[in-house]
Amino acid sequence: MNRRLFAAHSALLLIVASITGKAVLADPVDDSLQIDGTEIITRAPAPEGLPFDQVLSGWLFREAETRATEADSFANPGMLAVERGAEIWNTVEGTMGKSCASCHQDAAKTMKDVGAHYPKWDAASGKPLNVELRINKCRVDNMGAEPYKFDDPNQLALTSYIKHQSLGTPVGIDLSQGQMQSWWDRGKELYYTRTGQLNLACASCHEGATGKYIRADHLSQGQVNGFPTYRFNTAGMVSLHNRFRGCIRDTRAEMPAAFSDELMALEVYVTWRGTGLSVETPSVRQ
Amino acid sequence: MKRALAATIVAALMSAGAARSEDAPPQDVKIADMAVKASLTGTPGSPEEGAKTLANRSLGNCLACHAVQALSDEQFHGNVGPPLDGVADRWSVEQLRAIVVDSKQALNDESMMPGFYTLNVGKNVRKNLVGKTILTAQQVEDVVAYLATLKE
Ligand code: HEC
Ligand code: HEC
Ligand code: HEC
Repeated sequence: MNRRLFAAHSALLLIVASITGKAVLADPVDDSLQIDGTEIITRAPAPEGLPFDQVLSGWLFREAETRATEADSFANPGMLAVERGAEIWNTVEGTMGKSCASCHQDAAKTMKDVGAHYPKWDAASGKPLNVELRINKCRVDNMGAEPYKFDDPNQLALTSYIKHQSLGTPVGIDLSQGQMQSWWDRGKELYYTRTGQLNLACASCHEGATGKYIRADHLSQGQVNGFPTYRFNTAGMVSLHNRFRGCIRDTRAEMPAAFSDELMALEVYVTWRGTGLSVETPSVRQ
Repeated sequence: MKRALAATIVAALMSAGAARSEDAPPQDVKIADMAVKASLTGTPGSPEEGAKTLANRSLGNCLACHAVQALSDEQFHGNVGPPLDGVADRWSVEQLRAIVVDSKQALNDESMMPGFYTLNVGKNVRKNLVGKTILTAQQVEDVVAYLATLKE
């Protein structure tokens, strides 16, 4: 498209914006976030290798009301999941008669900042584990309990509780452990692969079109630092692999299974893309 | 009620359904000089139907990425692509057909716009959509007929 056409388009966009009363050329807001007195880093210098300067929390792309709900932990419905997680933490389950607290005691101390550094390499299984899989491993190996099925409400609650112990902590994963680097490589390849009948990659929407509107949705960088997330849309908690699957479904592709190698590789890579952003769990999105 | 439902289903099957024998199959549609010269169906497109297809979220869903002032009754126009107002002043009908058929061939190979009548698609296409195009040949002709009315 030539320059003049582009200028004409921009002018038109402004006209449309004034007609519909909606800011069509919206950028991320210039606003800062504190939750319960904790400073949340919503903009951080991008790790080397990304084609932009700053990584941005999805919070910056949401409407004022949604942002305010996240900023106020009394108003944030996601905090109910965190409270439910605290109950589960202290509940005895399984054949060994133990609760999480039996071994890990006070999560505020033992789980502080832990979630900010997941996924982590697990030598025993030769794979990266995310928090959900780490919980399941403790349930099976250390409690004699059944692993949670994907998106069991208790899995969402306990994951939210553990991630919430990192509120404010910058995301940073260790790619030097085990085979983490090759999982990162695979995740990167998936991120740039176009899928489905609509022929779109993660990067098409979250790198090439960040800040634009796709229908009513203001496109963010698709960062993972707020997961599990409370969504107004579904009035409930949404796990990261559920979100990944939803985005892939929207390209009209087959969805990989939750916790499959593909989605774990994607989680490793996309988590890295948000290096330096604070954990916001439970974030609030529309 | 039952009959009305059946009629709706038949209509839906007909519009979303199998390509009619006189339609050009997607693999035979050639884009040359940024244009597709011949109609895909030989039946003139209907601008009214085209406007509906363009707005319909499960068909064209063009408004996901484009604003169209003439359709301001429809909610939520995206801005991933340029507004389509005046698009017929910028492109000929043959060029508009090529853009809708496969913008990656017509405009640029990095285009984010889906190809609406091509089998050159992404990986792992949902099983029930393998070998199918997003729009039927006639729906493409209808959309092109509507785009041709967008003059300023
Ligand atoms: C019998 C003791 C025991 C019980 C009960 C137990 N765990 Fe663990 N957990 C461990 C041990 C030991 C480790 C460290 C393993 C290692 O170093 O790899 C661990 C590691 C973890 C980690 C990773 C910590 C890190 O720094 O990466 C998390 C998260 C965790 N457990 C959560 C839970 C949860 C949630 C429960 C309850 C559902 C639970 N655990 C129950 C013993 C237990
Ligand atoms: C068709 C465009 C599109 C594609 C392709 C797409 N997404 Fe999304 N994604 C969205 C929209 C719309 C949202 C909700 C608004 C936002 O945060 O951008 C979203 C949200 C997200 C979020 C939540 C962000 C937050 O702050 O809560 C993550 C994570 C995400 N996407 C990851 C991905 C990944 C990984 C891929 C590739 C497998 C992908 N997306 C592909 C459109 C897309
Ligand atoms: C996922 C986003 C997306 C969707 C959906 C989409 N387009 Fe596009 N379209 C674009 C982008 C982006 C461009 C700009 C050119 C480019 O980079 O590909 C474009 C360009 C165009 C152009 C050329 C406009 C000009 O002024 O140069 C036309 C015409 C067009 N689209 C029509 C349509 C129609 C009709 C539909 C629905 C059948 C549609 N588009 C659906 C993203 C989209």
